[in-house]
Amino acid sequence: MSDEEQSTGPLLAVEDLHVEFRSRGRSVQAVNGLSYTLDEGETLAILGESGSGKSVGAQAVMGILDTPPAHVTKGSVRFRGTELLGLPEKKRRDYRGAKISMIFQDALSALNPVHRVGDQIAEMLIVHRKSSRGEARKRAIDLMDRVRIPSAASRVNDFPHQFSGGMRQRVMIAMALALEPDVLIADEPTTALDVTVQAQIMKLLAELQEEMRMGLILITHDLGVVADVADRIALMYAGRVVEEAWVEDLYARPAHPYAEGLLASVPRIDVRDRSLTPIKGSPPNLAAIPSGCPFHPRCPRARDRCSTEVPELRLLQTGEGAPDRSGARSGAPSPHRSACHYAEEVSGGR
Amino acid sequence: MVPVLIGTTLLIYLAVFALPGDPIRVLGGDKPMSPAVYQALRHHYHLDDPLIVQYGKYLWGLVRGDFGETLNGQPVGDVLTGGWTVTVQLAVTAWVFELVVGIALGVWAGLRKGGVIDTLVLSGTTLVIAIPGFVLAYSAQLLFGLKLGWFPTAGTDDGWPYSYLLPGILLGSLSLAYIARLTRTSLVENGRSDYVRTAVAKGLSRRRVLVRHTLRNSLIPVVTYLGVDLGNLMAGAIIIEGIFNLPGIGQQIWLAIQVKDGPTVVGISTFLVLIYLLANLVVDFLYGVLDPRIRHD
Repeated sequence: MSDEEQSTGPLLAVEDLHVEFRSRGRSVQAVNGLSYTLDEGETLAILGESGSGKSVGAQAVMGILDTPPAHVTKGSVRFRGTELLGLPEKKRRDYRGAKISMIFQDALSALNPVHRVGDQIAEMLIVHRKSSRGEARKRAIDLMDRVRIPSAASRVNDFPHQFSGGMRQRVMIAMALALEPDVLIADEPTTALDVTVQAQIMKLLAELQEEMRMGLILITHDLGVVADVADRIALMYAGRVVEEAWVEDLYARPAHPYAEGLLASVPRIDVRDRSLTPIKGSPPNLAAIPSGCPFHPRCPRARDRCSTEVPELRLLQTGEGAPDRSGARSGAPSPHRSACHYAEEVSGGR
Repeated sequence: MVPVLIGTTLLIYLAVFALPGDPIRVLGGDKPMSPAVYQALRHHYHLDDPLIVQYGKYLWGLVRGDFGETLNGQPVGDVLTGGWTVTVQLAVTAWVFELVVGIALGVWAGLRKGGVIDTLVLSGTTLVIAIPGFVLAYSAQLLFGLKLGWFPTAGTDDGWPYSYLLPGILLGSLSLAYIARLTRTSLVENGRSDYVRTAVAKGLSRRRVLVRHTLRNSLIPVVTYLGVDLGNLMAGAIIIEGIFNLPGIGQQIWLAIQVKDGPTVVGISTFLVLIYLLANLVVDFLYGVLDPRIRHD
């Protein structure tokens, strides 16, 4: 493809990203040292509760935060080795939508109500590729076909409100994929949809990802969605990743008490008569994140050290002292990381 | 529309004829009038019929395009055509002024929310809204017309646009304040909306995001207001036409009220109601064009 591809390393690498919201002298740390990588063709699920910084982190990667009040104070976002954070706005725009694309939770409010869906899709091609209106329109119909909107050619001139929720999200996807981006960030793409439509949209996303070999970042709070489609999970708490692993590994051997708590709080079809255990307490106040490990006030395993020493996100050590490779796929080393001082104890204690 | 028209004309009709005093006596002035002439005049103007019959006859005339006759024996239609051009010129001047300057100020303020321009626009418009229109008009007439001599103080001798500039600006100033504030608020609100975020995420330039996405949506309520306001301006011209002595329909209705010239008052009012209703109708259609969600399929 392009010459940029010569550079080895991940497709997208986010490192130590910090985002702060400032207003009237008060500041809130929404993202606190977020790090992850994404490879071509891979699906990374970023899982976290509301306020964990998963959406803000993604918007910082896209460069679409509202500044002010949001400021990226520290960190790095590299796309195929190119640092995006320092880029002048004009250069940054060449990546936005073309290389890294994003779809949002509520397609009804995310699509412009006064423009025809065909025009909204075509706008991508007209602006980025300098296509003619006619060409762009034809391509828009192709794209609508590709996301399986029935009789696309006759619906291209309809307005967003004339579509059902699922179809609207398909329009959104068609628009985001118009320029065949390398990375697609899907910010809770199915939260606003009912369950059957959710499954269709997730299936469509998985198929398109396969076809186009994109890296897909799936932001969600739904453990069920993750299990079906994701390769890896990054679990966020208080603005940083607290555990990262292959999906199977995280479900089988959670290595952070927060992950453990989450799994204990959802019903499982394969375990009978299990009572659900909620996580105690409430999500942290981002204006005053607890000292040490931000999870320690809610953690059943917390010890003295946890309230003073911030645990780093580190590779899990297995009993033999070698990295845990059990869940490895296609020869890649298992990157099971956890930000808990007692990760090995947590993961072994199951 | 038709029931509204009937309702409003009836109300105006009743209000005018409920006024104390006898219009025929006023017509005669100080001079005594012979009973025969008095009766003839009353009959001529159908004043000897019951009120409801009078109204019926009036309405029937209206349907045939006959606005009736003033107490001076002049057809009201002629009075309207005479004053019409002046008032339309005045209203259009005011309208263009509030449209251009109001939207420009609103966009400027909205783009720099919380900045110096924004604060100036917000406080300036509050001031304009707070000061009664005639105070503003007299002060401006005194300052720009008499003291500085930049504009004519009265009459239409200098023609359009010069004679109409100052009155037009003053007539439009109140709506301008509303339009600037409406544009600003709407722009700020839409700027935070999800679809604007989508537009940014599409990698569009700031300018394209603003013009095609934010502004396009922000102007929907503004255009609606502007449409209805064209009717308002024609009616609101009464005070400004009086102050600047412009011979428009506003001034004529003012004079007619003073001499209890019922047919003229009702005629001009009816005409204004018609204009107002038409403006509303146009806005309704325009609204569908601007906002596809309202379009009637």
